[in-house]
Amino acid sequence: MSSKIRVLVGVKRVIDYNVKIAVRADKSWVETANVKHSVNPFDEIAIEEAVRAKEAGHVAEVVAVSAGPPKAQETLRTALAMGADRAIHIEIPDGAEKTLEPLAVAKLLKKVAENEKVDLIVLGKQAIDDDANQTGQMLAGLLNWPQGTFASKLDILTADKSLAVTREIDGGLQTVSAALPAVVTADLRLNVPRFASLPNIMKAKKKPLAKTTPADLGVDIAPRIEIIKVEEPPKRQGGGRVADVDELISKLRTEAKVI
Amino acid sequence: MMLRTAAARLASTPAATRAFASASAAPAGVSFVLSETQREFQELARKFAAEEIIPKAAHHDRTGEFPKEIIKKAWELGLVNIHIPEAYGGLGLGVFDGALISEELAFGCTGVQTAIEANGLAQAPVILAGNDAQKKKYLGRMTEEPLMASYGVTEPGAGSDVAGLKTRAVKKGDKYVINGGKQWITSAGHANWFFVLARTAEDPKTPAGKAFTGFIVDADSPGITLGRKEINMGQRASDTRAVTFEDVVVPAENVLGKEGEGFKIAMGAFDITRPLVAAAAVGLARRCLHEAATYATQRKTMGTAIINHQAVSFMLADMAMGIEASRLLVWRSAEMRDRGERNTYYASAAKCMAADVANKCAADAVQVFGGAGFNTEYPVEKLYRDAKIFQIYEGTSQIQRVILSKFIADQYKA
Repeated sequence: MSSKIRVLVGVKRVIDYNVKIAVRADKSWVETANVKHSVNPFDEIAIEEAVRAKEAGHVAEVVAVSAGPPKAQETLRTALAMGADRAIHIEIPDGAEKTLEPLAVAKLLKKVAENEKVDLIVLGKQAIDDDANQTGQMLAGLLNWPQGTFASKLDILTADKSLAVTREIDGGLQTVSAALPAVVTADLRLNVPRFASLPNIMKAKKKPLAKTTPADLGVDIAPRIEIIKVEEPPKRQGGGRVADVDELISKLRTEAKVI
Repeated sequence: MMLRTAAARLASTPAATRAFASASAAPAGVSFVLSETQREFQELARKFAAEEIIPKAAHHDRTGEFPKEIIKKAWELGLVNIHIPEAYGGLGLGVFDGALISEELAFGCTGVQTAIEANGLAQAPVILAGNDAQKKKYLGRMTEEPLMASYGVTEPGAGSDVAGLKTRAVKKGDKYVINGGKQWITSAGHANWFFVLARTAEDPKTPAGKAFTGFIVDADSPGITLGRKEINMGQRASDTRAVTFEDVVVPAENVLGKEGEGFKIAMGAFDITRPLVAAAAVGLARRCLHEAATYATQRKTMGTAIINHQAVSFMLADMAMGIEASRLLVWRSAEMRDRGERNTYYASAAKCMAADVANKCAADAVQVFGGAGFNTEYPVEKLYRDAKIFQIYEGTSQIQRVILSKFIADQYKA
């Protein structure tokens, strides 16, 4: 009889994907005040995968964790409403999320994973605000655990204490086997996340949500990168007609400067 | 003496509070901010509308096909039957939470939302006046399977004039026999049971408050004939039909409350359902603004986006004012009811105003779209057709004004 595994899911509070991003007047960052935020879409997929694994009987407990400002609590409530059992909020001051880098997050998650004695960590492949695509990989490196990134299919083989992860790569699909404990990052086609039902939203209020800080976890989250300026991409220029291929090549070289 | 009395009236608090405030203490101060849970409910309903209702709304409008699949999904998420008490498997949510959800679903499609809301309308008399056995039997089943229920009061000869109901229920031993016909009954074609209001008083001079009785009638009772699905102007996803009762036998245990109490029960339900229908009208009005503003930002005339022409943007501004004001009336009437305070005055005001606002917004939305607004390839002609019924069902805008007038007259009685 195979024993159930413990799963940690990372969630990040990001600006909602529907929002039209505006850059602040002082070019220091994007406008976040009064802007709709939600759970990073890839993290929703990660939560869904963990909850499904629990429903399939492989998982003893799903713990959701988020490193973020006070409002990140809302994303943890969503995770709980979707079926996570417990949540941990690593709270940082309002605004500090701007400079919280993947390496810092990976260090924080490492601490939590060790404290919670988890067998599997599922993260979204990347956050839609910084598109870093680093946290999962760095975390696996720090823990010295195998990783299955860009997962479009995840099979948990509890008897073997291993995973079969199908990954989306440039050439197509690749399936890797990884011994637990391991890190998996969720890609778009892994699953379609459920709506949190009304009864589950109400039940989530009673589920435990613990608070901690980077200091409590003994992790230094000081940024290594300084953001100098944030700008909008240049406005799209109009196109033009060219007479022949020679003119096209000439314009690509001298005007567009792409060859 | 006259001046002092008039001054006293001017200084008094609004009619409803003065005349009908119950003993329950008012909360500390006012707030227009939703709690986190309320925002989560709203978020769920909004997301559901965007992903499950909006993509299919035009199809159901065109074909009239009952949105069974959508309702089933909504039911699975707990969005249907939210007022059923927890003892019977429901969430026991109040009118305010219901208003948040109704507005969001209505933003998606008021036809679908009406089909969902009709359950709440039928259930309201049972929740208000049913005994434990009735609630277990008829509310319990709604939370076990995605069933529909209908509220059967209106007749061909009696809409606003409820006292003119002709459907008769005659007591025979421990049963009642119902004969008559109802019209415009929402979800009749799919209902598992009906709330039916029928006249039990023999004497034609019996006052309305004592002449009628409310019954729960199983839809499979022999003698019930359903009319065809009516083809209406709008909210076409919703199913409305005539229902004929020919010697339909109903056990006495299906009487809600006591014989003769039906009118009061049926009217009492409106204090719950009028804010919810008003919330749906707000949702439609908001959709009108959304579509019109989106279009006005993209459409160019005379060298600029039409939103830069004040003739157009002023229409959007008027829509916005109407939406904000009618929503606040909805919120107020809902919050009062949840706190146990009589909200009839505010519920009527909310329903009347939201319906009138929704119709103005829909007409103006078509106007903003111009010729395209008249065309079925664009979303606003449906909103125009869907809006009209809000001024008619759940108490016409005229009846709401009658109700408000009576309150005012009572307050200013010499």
